[in-house]
Amino acid sequence: MSEEVRLMKGNEALAEAAIRCGCDGYFGYPITPQSEVMETLMKLKPWETTGMVVLQAESEVASINMVYAGAGCGKRIMTSTSSPGFSLMQEGVSYIAGADIPALVVNVMRGGPGLGTIQPSQADYFQTVKGGGHGDYKQITLAPNSVQEMADFVGLGFDLAFKYNILCVILADGLIGQMMEKVVLPPYQPRRTEEEIRKQCPWATLGRTPDRDINVITSLELEPEPMERRNIALQAKYALIEKNEVRYDEFMTDDAEYLIMAFGSAARICQKAVEVSRKQGIKVGLLRPITLFPFPYNRIKEHLSHIKGILSVEYNAGQMVEDIRLAVEGKVKVEHFGRTGGIVPTPGEVVDALKNQIIK
Amino acid sequence: MTKEDIIKEENLVYKKPTLLNDKTMHYCPGCSHGVVHKLIAEVIEEMGLQDKAIGISPVGCAVFAYKYIDIDWQEAAHGRAPAMATAIKRLLPDRLVFTYQGDGDLAAIGTAETIHACNRGENIVVIFINNAIYGMTGGQMAPTTLEGMKTSTCPYGRDVTLNGYHLPITNLIAQLEGARYVTRQSVHTAAAVRNAKKAIRKAFENAMEPVKKGASFVEIVSTCNSGWKMSPEDANKWMTENMFKAYPIGDLKNN
Repeated sequence: MSEEVRLMKGNEALAEAAIRCGCDGYFGYPITPQSEVMETLMKLKPWETTGMVVLQAESEVASINMVYAGAGCGKRIMTSTSSPGFSLMQEGVSYIAGADIPALVVNVMRGGPGLGTIQPSQADYFQTVKGGGHGDYKQITLAPNSVQEMADFVGLGFDLAFKYNILCVILADGLIGQMMEKVVLPPYQPRRTEEEIRKQCPWATLGRTPDRDINVITSLELEPEPMERRNIALQAKYALIEKNEVRYDEFMTDDAEYLIMAFGSAARICQKAVEVSRKQGIKVGLLRPITLFPFPYNRIKEHLSHIKGILSVEYNAGQMVEDIRLAVEGKVKVEHFGRTGGIVPTPGEVVDALKNQIIK
Repeated sequence: MTKEDIIKEENLVYKKPTLLNDKTMHYCPGCSHGVVHKLIAEVIEEMGLQDKAIGISPVGCAVFAYKYIDIDWQEAAHGRAPAMATAIKRLLPDRLVFTYQGDGDLAAIGTAETIHACNRGENIVVIFINNAIYGMTGGQMAPTTLEGMKTSTCPYGRDVTLNGYHLPITNLIAQLEGARYVTRQSVHTAAAVRNAKKAIRKAFENAMEPVKKGASFVEIVSTCNSGWKMSPEDANKWMTENMFKAYPIGDLKNN
């Protein structure tokens, strides 16, 4: 079958990809700038084709707990939201982490804090990468920088979630959700049969069969020793993910004297800024983390032998820059340049920031 | 007559359901939870649904319900069980999906999830243990605490000017088109236990019908003798004299 190429919004591509990736259920609550996800699903009626369940919940608190329950049945379950909604979901996010179950959450970020704005932002980096909910936990975080990656990361996100029994977050910014681009849609993949789910997820609560003990999805341990054992197992899982799953992309870094680091749509702007700087004779390259957890600390360290400074460009007041500094350990200059409130910087502003804050 | 003469199949008048395992329950002596657990286990067993049943336990005294009834369980965040049951039933429509919740869980922090799951007409069962107090955290005021009733967070009695009124949430649920069967029962006498069992059986039968006709909601007006600081006997008496006035026993809706 020939490739299916379409012109779509990031949010629409994500919804199309969900149906094609064998997703069993989507539970969501409307919020700008990602409402097209559920609107697209409701329009496409996948329950009549693949059998995927789509439901509009009464709140993000309900929708994440629907995700938790569906995931506990071993199903491929997702939700999508935007920043204030993601805050409401943190309870369920923490329970999913504590219960060791796989799920996919998409956060199409808008400006905050509070009700903030509906314009693009990347200010939920800390919330997603450092926690957000209570307890010691991590979640795999994928940062798409194109409509194509919005589509591709649904399947990747589910695969990673089920490989490690962990929550995977697609952390997109409002720009990626709203902009239209050409996208190659993934091929249809059938939903797993119940037999396949029982085999892949022997812990799933699908109803007890005579050949096994009961299954219980819970994060509760009143006794401290088993609770600590659970925590140690979680940390071991995170260490394995840090070893195996770091993803990044680079542009003109081979001979670079300076690095710009950015994720999501900010990296698209920074790619232009690199091209402009190169024309002015500045040897700068772009390092774009695709996974924000696990973060490419080692890749940054590898660059330290030949670079003089790093500029972190983010739609926030300086969050990823702290992780870059952790990698750099004071060896070169690391500065942040960002805009907030839903303002997206221009390539020219990034070039000026590079000159003023890093090169001087 | 020897003991051996008596212990024979034909003389059997009562048997613990095999789904109810032998673990020592953490419930206080006199508490209603144990009886309701037994009824649920009995009904699941009688209906032959041990392979189809998925229970959702709450945050509250019944948080460990999954330790005692040998079916698959999920343990919910506080109040979220009806949202979870919604998802499971939608994804697995031929399973028996039920929640087991207390009054704090269902009628305070989980009010939205309770009302919306019932209003959507989810083909689920909600078992609601109403003992008018937070048992697990040590006897604080619940939304269902009666006016004048003393708890650790209303030590001088529930004062309506401070705390508002007891919330008869089951009456609210009965108003919803999506709720099909709404009943209020108790388990303080043998007769009451029999009626409660019938109600649970009916609710479970409703939920196993292949066509989605609506939610089934079974309130069990219960005692918390530890939280109420009474003997089990006094607690039963106090319940019949006070709780039943605010929460009258019987069907509110039966479609």
